Amino acid sequence: MFNYFANPVRFLRLTSKLQPITMFVASVTIGLGLYYGLVKSPPDYQQSETVRIMYVHVPAAWMAMFCYVAIACSSAVALIWRHMLANIIAKSTAPIGASFTFLALATGSLWGKPMWGTWWVWDARLTSVLILFFLYLGYMVLYNAFDDQSRGARAAAILSIVGVINVPIIKFSVDWWNTLHQPASVIKMDGPSIHPSMLTPLILMAVGYTALYFWLLFVRTRAELNANKVRMMSIQQVET
Amino acid sequence: MAGKSIQVFFKLIQREILLAIRHGSDSCMIVLFFVIVVVLFPLSVGPEPGILTRISAGIIWVSALLSVMLSMDRLFQSDYEDGNLDLLILASEPLELIVLAKTVAHWLTTGFPLIIISPVLALFLNMDTSGYSTLLIALTLGTPTLSLVGAIGAALILGARRSGVLLSLLVLPLFIPILIFGVSAVDASLTNLSSKPQLLILGGLFLAGLVLCPWASAAALRQAAE
Amino acid sequence: MTSFSGKKLTCIRGERVVFNDLDFSINEGEVLYLKGPNGSGKSTLLRLMAGLLRPVNGTLTWNNKNIYQDEGLFRSLTHYVGHQDAVKTALTVEENLRFWAEMNSDIKEKSTVQKALQEFSLDSFSTLPARFLSAGQRKRLNLARLCTTWAPLWLLDEPSNSLDSDSVNVLTAAISTHQKKGGIVAIATHENLDVHSNSLDISMFTNFKIKSRDYDGW
Repeated sequence: MFNYFANPVRFLRLTSKLQPITMFVASVTIGLGLYYGLVKSPPDYQQSETVRIMYVHVPAAWMAMFCYVAIACSSAVALIWRHMLANIIAKSTAPIGASFTFLALATGSLWGKPMWGTWWVWDARLTSVLILFFLYLGYMVLYNAFDDQSRGARAAAILSIVGVINVPIIKFSVDWWNTLHQPASVIKMDGPSIHPSMLTPLILMAVGYTALYFWLLFVRTRAELNANKVRMMSIQQVET
Repeated sequence: MAGKSIQVFFKLIQREILLAIRHGSDSCMIVLFFVIVVVLFPLSVGPEPGILTRISAGIIWVSALLSVMLSMDRLFQSDYEDGNLDLLILASEPLELIVLAKTVAHWLTTGFPLIIISPVLALFLNMDTSGYSTLLIALTLGTPTLSLVGAIGAALILGARRSGVLLSLLVLPLFIPILIFGVSAVDASLTNLSSKPQLLILGGLFLAGLVLCPWASAAALRQAAE
Repeated sequence: MTSFSGKKLTCIRGERVVFNDLDFSINEGEVLYLKGPNGSGKSTLLRLMAGLLRPVNGTLTWNNKNIYQDEGLFRSLTHYVGHQDAVKTALTVEENLRFWAEMNSDIKEKSTVQKALQEFSLDSFSTLPARFLSAGQRKRLNLARLCTTWAPLWLLDEPSNSLDSDSVNVLTAAISTHQKKGGIVAIATHENLDVHSNSLDISMFTNFKIKSRDYDGW
């Protein structure tokens, strides 16, 4: 399957169909999610209205981790099978993931002020997400630090695989350490411990973010492929 | 075959140490840097003994971290530039073993001198004597891990533009866990708590690094030589 | 009979195809010259032969066995002399050579290292730090590695660069001796050395019509 879709021509053909679909899904689900989350859902009995930050914050944090895992997986594919497309997917994912991470950190900070009385605390969850943000930045810088693009791609791929060790630390930091950050309430072994009226907008937002990710990924990947093609053609022109 | 590998391992360590001795000032510079960074803190946060005592462990760890990071970029750079790296990759021994040998030699010539000098600096910073032994144990467990993780960064930046700054961007986030547990181990023993859990975690990080880091560094070196 | 060959080798560096569908074969006692203008991929092919680079397509075989099946073994059969001299300037000439001699074999005798130094007329400098050597002398020190331990396959990248005519003769003699012992040599070079050889023009395989398999149909 990898081989089948690793061909840029097929990939371009497929994504040209998927691109409008993902855009549509993203706008509908995020719109609905925001409506239910910010208007329809009940305020929390402890946190009152500030709980609504959750609908933006929690899915962003999920996506931050998801994007990093996506980078690491496609990097592994790129290193093992040497598919150019896998590198491009990893490269295109990085800024999207970094933006989600930044969104999670920023909304978390806005949420922290009313709840904990401070913009920032140095607990395990926040620190490990901050490290994730640095890893994204390091990845992007390393990717562009070489004159030879393919060198940068390989070096950054190895870095992303090394950094993947941070993802389980983020996930379990709230269980392993006593933190101010509240423990997981949706993705748990014994099912979610959250009321359906809150869970629905949360899931809608998560689906919306995922669709948004894929839409942005397709846009960026197609742009990258076309830029590659232009570069190839200019090399070809010089050499023949 | 195994005997040959062990022989090569020690041969390489011996050569690296010989090189470090011949370039004697390089190792001295790192120790000097360590001392100067530590000295900056009393001058910046003020010389009150109370404050210094409380943050002494953190100062020593941060300075050690920066010193190790600074020393890191030469680990493979000179071999990369003069062509020795190609030959090391082409040696019949696994590259992971060669990387490990170089990392051990790096620790012996930079991490180890830092540990030796650290009690003197703890004295400067007015650290309570109850923290000394934990500081030494924590540094002994932590600095090899710094070298192991740093080696990955050193291998990744070969041939990059602005490699020194880049190395710190890549490596410092990965150093953070070692910093956290290293400092909290010393702080625990300063407040008469057991520092055993933190030391065990540092030991665990070291063992994990020992197994995983040479593998990643070797992969990075191979792609750098391509 | 020992043989070293490559089939249908394609190599991409950066984003350009260096060569495409390249075949070569060298048998026991043969020398192969790699020829071609600058940038045609001579050094790249040598690095590929040494195992520093992986081809995108194609196979390299030693005695009809794929070299990637036992890389450790293949590496112990190879001497690679690259562009760079791989000399540590802080070590003495002898220490430099001895390190690689001991890395590549169990031989501890002083004689092989000394003999190699003599052969490349470096014995008078043997206790001198290598930083005092000239470019040509460093090249000779790098080449002396070939004579310290036996490896059937020699891969030499521009070995005669910055060598004077006497040293070129020494090198030629070393290659001829190696040939007689049944060794295999691949040399990338501009100037012909005085040894019996075949040659391979790499620029023939530089076919830019086909960019890469990923781009078929574009």
